Amino acid sequence: VSGGLSMTELPFWPRPAEVWQVLTLADYNTRVVILGTACLGLAAGMIGTFMLLRRRALLGDALSHATLPGIALAFMVMVSLGGAGKNLPGLLLGATITGLLGVGCILVIRSFTRLKEDAALGIVLSVFFGLGVAALAIVQQMDTGSAAGLESFIYGKTASMLRSDALVMAGCAILVAVVCALLFKELMLICFDQGFAGTQGWPVGMLDLLLMALVTLVTVVGLQAVGLILVLAMLIIPPAAARFWTDRLSSMFIISAAIGALSGMIGAGASALFQRLPAGAVIVLVAAGFFTISMLLGSARGVLGRVWRRHALERSIARQNLLRSAYELVEDDPAGPIPADALLGRRSWSAGQLAGCLRRAESRGLLRRTGQGIFFTPAGLEEARRVVRNHRLWEIYLIRYADVAPSQVDHGADLIEHILGHDLVAELQAALESNDHLPASPHALPPKGVS
Amino acid sequence: MLHWWVWPLDGWIIAAGVLCALSCALLGNFMVLRRMSMMGDAISHAVLPGIAIAFIITSSRDPLAMLAGATVVGVLTAVLTQGLARLGRVEESAAMGVVFTSLFALGLILIRKATDDHVDLDPACVLYGNIETVWINRISLGFITIPRIVLVLGAMFIVNAAFVGLFYKELKITSFDPELATTLGINANVMHYLLMTLVAATTVASFEAVGSILVVAMLIVPPAAAHLLTDRLGTMILLSLAIGALAGISGHVAAVEVPGWFGYRSTSTAGMMAAMTGLIFGGVILFAPRHGIISKLVHRAALSIRIIAEDLLAMLYRVEESAGRGAAVPAGQLRLALDEPRALVALALRWLRQRGELAPGALGYSLTEPGRRRAHGILRSHRLWESYLVREAAVCLGQSHALATRLEHVTDSSMQQRLGDTAPNDGLDPHGRQIPRQ
Repeated sequence: VSGGLSMTELPFWPRPAEVWQVLTLADYNTRVVILGTACLGLAAGMIGTFMLLRRRALLGDALSHATLPGIALAFMVMVSLGGAGKNLPGLLLGATITGLLGVGCILVIRSFTRLKEDAALGIVLSVFFGLGVAALAIVQQMDTGSAAGLESFIYGKTASMLRSDALVMAGCAILVAVVCALLFKELMLICFDQGFAGTQGWPVGMLDLLLMALVTLVTVVGLQAVGLILVLAMLIIPPAAARFWTDRLSSMFIISAAIGALSGMIGAGASALFQRLPAGAVIVLVAAGFFTISMLLGSARGVLGRVWRRHALERSIARQNLLRSAYELVEDDPAGPIPADALLGRRSWSAGQLAGCLRRAESRGLLRRTGQGIFFTPAGLEEARRVVRNHRLWEIYLIRYADVAPSQVDHGADLIEHILGHDLVAELQAALESNDHLPASPHALPPKGVS
Repeated sequence: MLHWWVWPLDGWIIAAGVLCALSCALLGNFMVLRRMSMMGDAISHAVLPGIAIAFIITSSRDPLAMLAGATVVGVLTAVLTQGLARLGRVEESAAMGVVFTSLFALGLILIRKATDDHVDLDPACVLYGNIETVWINRISLGFITIPRIVLVLGAMFIVNAAFVGLFYKELKITSFDPELATTLGINANVMHYLLMTLVAATTVASFEAVGSILVVAMLIVPPAAAHLLTDRLGTMILLSLAIGALAGISGHVAAVEVPGWFGYRSTSTAGMMAAMTGLIFGGVILFAPRHGIISKLVHRAALSIRIIAEDLLAMLYRVEESAGRGAAVPAGQLRLALDEPRALVALALRWLRQRGELAPGALGYSLTEPGRRRAHGILRSHRLWESYLVREAAVCLGQSHALATRLEHVTDSSMQQRLGDTAPNDGLDPHGRQIPRQ
């Protein structure tokens, strides 16, 4: 009760001196907590990478819920054997046993019945948790030793982490790192092509079991720090965030571990400053922040990057379309003025779109506008010739080798001309025995007047 | 030990539990069929911030505000999950995990904020429910006084039943074949979000009774058990309702009685209800007539025994072909040649003796006349298959025997007839052995 009273007297915002203390890790307790959660985040980020790629992300959820009855039953057994109920290794052993039992049940339901993975996860998760809740209610009636501490496994008790807890987390992180480093190639193989791994003679079942065992270890160790509901977040969010930054497993593995560790450090640091906030939840929200940033900015699959790349591609296609249409209009006399009003009828673009295209081409130095009209610059003319040449080479190829009617080839070539690489153009040239000159259009061009 | 029972209280607790189980099971059938069970889990975790925000805004435990807040956040979970999966190209289950853990964490922080502002809200109460306090909040309807939870859950059940009743056809089609539903002009997306909205509302209505996590047990487990018992949707829904109700009743009885055996007072009814659904599911998974594990194992064993028995007959027939009619082979040699589990071979031998197709003698087993007739048929199928495979299907000679060994056990008389039409005129199989005549 006195603890609760002093809590409410704490001001919400920390004083600068407190911020400095946390930042410099001056306080022993803060140091322990921050390093401990960092190790947990590291371990969860590493092992979570493989779980995510194996599409087993939610298995951690069922696993962590299934640890609750183990904790309560271990407490009861230890009390009835005359010991102290709150012996941490004993409780964690109980958690591990029922956690593994839960995973076993999932495997049985999935492989022996027609129920799918999702139902198996939901059943194990809720039934085990129900058993745990029922057992906890009984534990709370026991006279020997207060069971109040058991609740901390559900929400975590980061702030009261001991040196021994932090050491366990560090040991767990080292173990996970060593196993992953030694078996990186094998784990990668079962993530991407389990069937191939099996035919190559790798013990797929054993590797799968090893992965499960490591996940169970991280989950059970993480129970204390962030609680059994949120430990899933540590397994799932860092790798999901890392996925946005890279397409390589090794980089994803490292980024995921780094995001996990950073979330743990920042979250624990923040909860040391704002002591009234539940630490586990703060850690998860920090990780969710990393996820949001990664999803927006990620270099490999980030949303903004993707939108920008698509935009740039659309711009470049529009530019090439403009150059080709313009060139075809003035092909007889490329130095002459381009009839701007005739351009509008050449493609299905609006006057506004065309004006924008012209303006951008002008600012890139491909076209220039003078009092007499619009003209190609030398660079623009060269680029236009290249685009038209790609278009016509493809058209001729379609006519000669794919038996497409000359009146039909324009559309197909229109789609592909923008993405023809140098090698392919060289190949086309060789196949068509063409020289570096621009071939004439194999079909009649539309009339040059205003349509 | 029924003296602990207080009928008005226990009766209402059971009523609340059963109504909760029924409301959840109605919707759960479609969650299980759509393979979205974990969406129920995600929504039930994620409603926490909705409840907390409603608390903070209204500064009270106004049930309507909570229902509204939590339903909004529940639907938001479904929307965000789909959004992340599409926009960020995250795998759907991972997207779900990211969304609901983040929302749950937010909810925990908001609840702490709410308690700071002196609103009495215990996260434990949201997570595990508090069905035992059913009698504290009651509403008088003039002639009868009903606990509020029972009234809320009753209304929820009626709403869900009306939804399932009105949209039964649409739910059925969108659950089994969303593409067909779209071509028929049923908007599968609208049905999806209607279902999600009701799941969120049911979760909130139930959380006072069983808590937000155990709702998942009520949503998923009874329909999953019913799914193993029947292949018809209507029957499945009825069975899931029955299982849910049974779990509701037995859950409370177990919560009161079971701890008594060990000298404790009663335990959490919600927890025991979830445990009872698990117990029922365990029974179903073992003993279900067609999809149960035991019946599957028995069927598989029966099939193995029949195949071994047919192999035994065919083997003795081949021995007779070279050593003459009535040749006997010792059981040990039969076992050695078959390379099958000893127990299964023994069962197959006993079965054949009972049918009078094998006769034990001093030198070992030999064929009886009915056994010889059956073996004749099996050998005919085998050699016809070999001949067909080599001549018509271009299977090489080395592989035809292994294939024919498998096919001979599943060849009925009409198939044998058709194979016989393609048989070579000389009546020899590709190995040069005589194909037994009909």
